[in-house]
Amino acid sequence: MTALELEGEGDERRLRLNGDWSLAALAQIETQLRGLPGGLQGTLICDWSRAEAPGLGPAWALLSRLREVAAPGLSVRHSGGPPHFLELLEELKTGWHAARSAPPSTPDLEESVGKLGRWVVLQGTEVRAVVGFFGRMVTVLGAAFARPRALRLSSLARHIYETGVTAIPIVSLIAFLISVIVAYLGAQQLHRFGADIFVVDLVTISVLREMGVLLTAIIVAGRSASAFAAEIGVMQLNEETDALRAMGLNPIELLVVPRVLALIIVMPLLTVIADAMGLAGGGLLSLVNLHIPLAQFTYRLREALSPTTFWAGLIKAPVFAILISMVGTYRGMQVRDSARELGRLTTVAVVQAIFFVILADALFAILFVQIDF
Amino acid sequence: MPPSEPIPVIRVRGLVSRFGAQIVHAGLDMEVRANEIFGVVGGSGTGKSVLMRTILGLRPPDSGSIELYGEDVHDMAVADRGALARSYGVTFQNGALISSLSVAQNIQLPLREYYPASEQILDELAQLNLALVGLAPETAGKYPSQLSGGMVKRAALARALSLEPKLLFLDEPTAGLDPISAAAFDELLLYLHSQLRLTVVMITHDLDTLFRTCTRVGVIVDGRMITDTLDGMLQNQNPWIHSYFHGSRARAVEKAAHG
Repeated sequence: MTALELEGEGDERRLRLNGDWSLAALAQIETQLRGLPGGLQGTLICDWSRAEAPGLGPAWALLSRLREVAAPGLSVRHSGGPPHFLELLEELKTGWHAARSAPPSTPDLEESVGKLGRWVVLQGTEVRAVVGFFGRMVTVLGAAFARPRALRLSSLARHIYETGVTAIPIVSLIAFLISVIVAYLGAQQLHRFGADIFVVDLVTISVLREMGVLLTAIIVAGRSASAFAAEIGVMQLNEETDALRAMGLNPIELLVVPRVLALIIVMPLLTVIADAMGLAGGGLLSLVNLHIPLAQFTYRLREALSPTTFWAGLIKAPVFAILISMVGTYRGMQVRDSARELGRLTTVAVVQAIFFVILADALFAILFVQIDF
Repeated sequence: MPPSEPIPVIRVRGLVSRFGAQIVHAGLDMEVRANEIFGVVGGSGTGKSVLMRTILGLRPPDSGSIELYGEDVHDMAVADRGALARSYGVTFQNGALISSLSVAQNIQLPLREYYPASEQILDELAQLNLALVGLAPETAGKYPSQLSGGMVKRAALARALSLEPKLLFLDEPTAGLDPISAAAFDELLLYLHSQLRLTVVMITHDLDTLFRTCTRVGVIVDGRMITDTLDGMLQNQNPWIHSYFHGSRARAVEKAAHG
């Protein structure tokens, strides 16, 4: 038995609805509705007497399909105890078709050019917004120093703890391991030239100039840029930032400045820790693997380093801190409307923070070579 | 129970809900009959939403039993509970529309899960549910963030109706709406209730809604529920109920309702 049977010929036909007509049978009913021939004329009687548990959805689908297959002037009647809601559905259907808007136009050349133009304008406004955000931040920061209460010491302390203190274990561990790896691989190569002792140069210079600060920046970007974007983003979704503005408070002063300041303070300190752990890792590997005593390691270390090596690394830390915190907070402030937006912008924050850190590092490398720092 | 008496749609017996030392429900009884609109009322923090969450099986009761259609909700196999969840529709206080999906996709979400069908028919069903709650066709493609408060409530109702439930739970459906939208929502609810023969359990603070729509009212006082018709409630001498139904706001509504 099929859910749908069309009986009779000519002007009066009968449509029998059989079996399960609930939502559960929807897929089956739909295929049979599709099989209904077009151009029905005269009178069509829908017989509901054998339909079991008729549901709104299938009934709606039937009405839709009947509209499609009807030739002009078809009159549809329902018999055999149609469901109580059928009248309602017919009413809604009529109202719906009256309210239906025109179908969306197909894309053409004009539209694609328009899209390109919109994209360009959008990029332009984005750049302007970023510059504007940076400008506002600097202004607020400048004003804050003139009015120490605006520095929000308790908030600053919290951010220093969350971005700095809690990052110490992971920063230490990674700096230690990476420098062990570099020393180990370097030793393999240098051993062939009998130049084992230069492992010390390799480790100390690479850790102090580059790897200490770069690793710290990447870890902090992963931890804190995402945290900043997510925290501020959720506040945006809850209209908390709007509430702050409505109370005459500046969200940049309350939310952005403490985070930026905290990272500026914390990043150099974390870098020093990473440097120390890196040197410790190099020293340990030299001792265990190359049998260079610690005293000789420290002696060679002093030989290898110029006075600027340490500072060449450390000076980059505050710059990276500004980049990471600005990207994180800016993306957070951009969150609008939905949870998906929050996830997207948090991802963007981390990726861009790491990208800007590495870009800035490259620029520093060129600069330092040029000025022989 | 004599066989002549129909099984109530919801029966809660001796429900106890505890949060640490704080007891929210102390042996609460509640009974909802088929085809009525049952209003749940109570002061802030009396556990109206907790009660709803417990009935829905989202929170296990600390003691007592909850039966839907005569079956214990918390003493049920996981598969059966899934089937039970399909038999009722729920709207949450803030709509709880999935923000990354359009309104039509929100409505289709449970349909897609339980009754796979072609895109065309799913679009038809989304249309049906939008039409049922009186939303315009172009609402289908919009995202929740683009809707006004009243539209969010209606869209949430459309989603709750999508599986064609016989039982509907509404958590503060008119909260945050302007009086005109709230009144329109009341009418919509009455209309759907009569047309689709629904049983409705509604948590509300809105006295207008209460007087306009509810058949019976359950008031949570001191961790228990006092159930009565509205007229009965007006006679009740319990101090909280008295001040609730005879406060300055209530008197205005009563006057309007009784002419």
